[in-house]
Amino acid sequence: MSGNSWGRVGRLGYLAYCSAVFLFLTAPILVIVPLSFNVEPYFTFTEGMLSLDPQAYSLRWYRTVAEDPQWLRALANSLVIGFAATALATALGTLAALGLSNPAMPGRSLAMSLLISPMVTPVIISAAGMFFFYSDLGLAQTYPGLILAHTALGTPFVVITVTATLSGFDPNLTRAAASLGAGPVRTFRRVQLPLIAPGVISGALFAFATSFDEVVTVLFIGGLDQRTIPRQMWAGIREQISPAILAVATVLIAFALLLMVVVEWLRRRGNAKPA
Amino acid sequence: MDSPQKVHVEFEGVSKSYDGRTVVVRDLDLAVYEGEFLTLLGPSGSGKTTCLMMLAGFQTPTSGTIRIGGRAVDDLPPRKRDIGVVFQNYALFPHMTVGENLSFPLEVRGMEPRQIRERVRGALELVRLEGLEGRRPGELSGGQQQRVAIARALVFEPALVLMDEPLGALDRRLREEMQYEVRRIQRRLGVTVVYVTHDQQEAMAMSDRVAVFQRGRIEQVAPPEALYEEPQREFVARFIGDNNLLRGKVVGVEGDFCRVEVGGQIVTAFRVVPCEVGDPVSVAIRPERVAVAPEPGLYGNEFDAGIDDITFLGDHLRLRMTVCDTPDFIAKIPNIVGHGAVLEGDRVRVGWTLTDGRVLEPDGPETGSK
Repeated sequence: MSGNSWGRVGRLGYLAYCSAVFLFLTAPILVIVPLSFNVEPYFTFTEGMLSLDPQAYSLRWYRTVAEDPQWLRALANSLVIGFAATALATALGTLAALGLSNPAMPGRSLAMSLLISPMVTPVIISAAGMFFFYSDLGLAQTYPGLILAHTALGTPFVVITVTATLSGFDPNLTRAAASLGAGPVRTFRRVQLPLIAPGVISGALFAFATSFDEVVTVLFIGGLDQRTIPRQMWAGIREQISPAILAVATVLIAFALLLMVVVEWLRRRGNAKPA
Repeated sequence: MDSPQKVHVEFEGVSKSYDGRTVVVRDLDLAVYEGEFLTLLGPSGSGKTTCLMMLAGFQTPTSGTIRIGGRAVDDLPPRKRDIGVVFQNYALFPHMTVGENLSFPLEVRGMEPRQIRERVRGALELVRLEGLEGRRPGELSGGQQQRVAIARALVFEPALVLMDEPLGALDRRLREEMQYEVRRIQRRLGVTVVYVTHDQQEAMAMSDRVAVFQRGRIEQVAPPEALYEEPQREFVARFIGDNNLLRGKVVGVEGDFCRVEVGGQIVTAFRVVPCEVGDPVSVAIRPERVAVAPEPGLYGNEFDAGIDDITFLGDHLRLRMTVCDTPDFIAKIPNIVGHGAVLEGDRVRVGWTLTDGRVLEPDGPETGSK
């Protein structure tokens, strides 16, 4: 009996502890959301907001963002660069993962660590390196330059997710396709790709999120024309402290949440599939 | 199998090593005839699956040549060999329906949709799965998946079909049913089948000929009856069915028979392989050919035996005895004399005919025991 009640206390304590950890992790993000609806141009909660007065809330900062050509330009840049880098990273990363999944390939672990290295190298170092390298090639302050930089940062995610999916892939399926007369391209399109699609798509989403959130390489390589949303936020915080940034941040949080939900959904679908 | 036959597949001096040190297949010669059901039988790791994979083109021989229809296929990729392959785990495409799985090889060959539908229907009929086109492999039972895999390997009408332990995952009853089915389909279509298994009963039940593998070599290739009745080497004698092996030395040769000294006694046995006086040999005797307490003088070989134990197995009794100083000598006697006619610890006479004892080459020192 007493053991039982102690178990209950322990469980409650454990729950409280976990909740505290979660709160600590998410509070700085969550606090942004209500502030973005502030009617006043401040970064603090007004008395009206705290008393839940509807008059203290508004969508004005969202309107400001939606009407500001600089923010719209940044959004367009983020989307163009994000999609292009994602397409490249997905294609390259999938190809790399397929090659690395072949046990006969020499130097597999070395190639794998090289491909993953952008994930572990501090971004500031990659960005600085890219800046000097791209400057020589005339790629600095150009769209292709930024797209390539984000491709390099996004590819590891695709390599990792696709490799994980391939680890559960039956190599006999590839052999079966070959024995039935299919060439490598048809085998990839009809047999491999449909089965590893969940890994490819979640890798692509991670690559897109990486590009969409990235500010360091944009600072180094992007010119005025290539300002992305994070870069615009950076400028906004330094130059004109306005809750418009909070509105953008809230939209980005919602967007990131959506991406995570999609990734999780794909992962479950991939797992539920009979082997 | 009597008329002169055309060779369909030929292995000539084929060796395979994956790492350059361990040899998996050793200087192998083998011919498979057109329309034949040939089984590669052997314990795991004996090289039989590697041979199949080399024939399918998934592995390349380290040396030697494989010919299909007289043509060397060393440089021919698997997709151009036109061989149906049935994999151990079926390898059905899980995201495609049964119909799409079967259509796949036909689409690859650029066939008309109408013709594809007809062929797919015909193939499903052949394996008795009519009407299951729309199902996915995950919705089928193991036996049904196996049939789909067989249908897919046959639907594009290859002349050669390879099967890698295709019935290994099925339970015993389904297995026996499928053995019959596979044989029926093979006979009906007249395709050449190369079949891999480690199950000797399966090999005996299905094959025209069986090639017994051991350590990357073929010990013997023969029809099932010949393999059972006339094994040429100890390994085959032990691997196919049960056999008692008496080891001794040849002390006399007379025509087709030779006299072998085993534990101080003389056993007369049929000479399957050539041998000379002084050769170390093994004499193999099938347990069911051993008569226990026979009428004296009826058999060419008669010895005293001590019964060490008796196992009752329903339709027969299994006696473990010591004969000619050799322990674990097994005799199977039918359960007609009734349980209790012989008792553990009894000393009895045992006998077998001159032809039921067979002289074999003993396994060399490099082959060891099972």
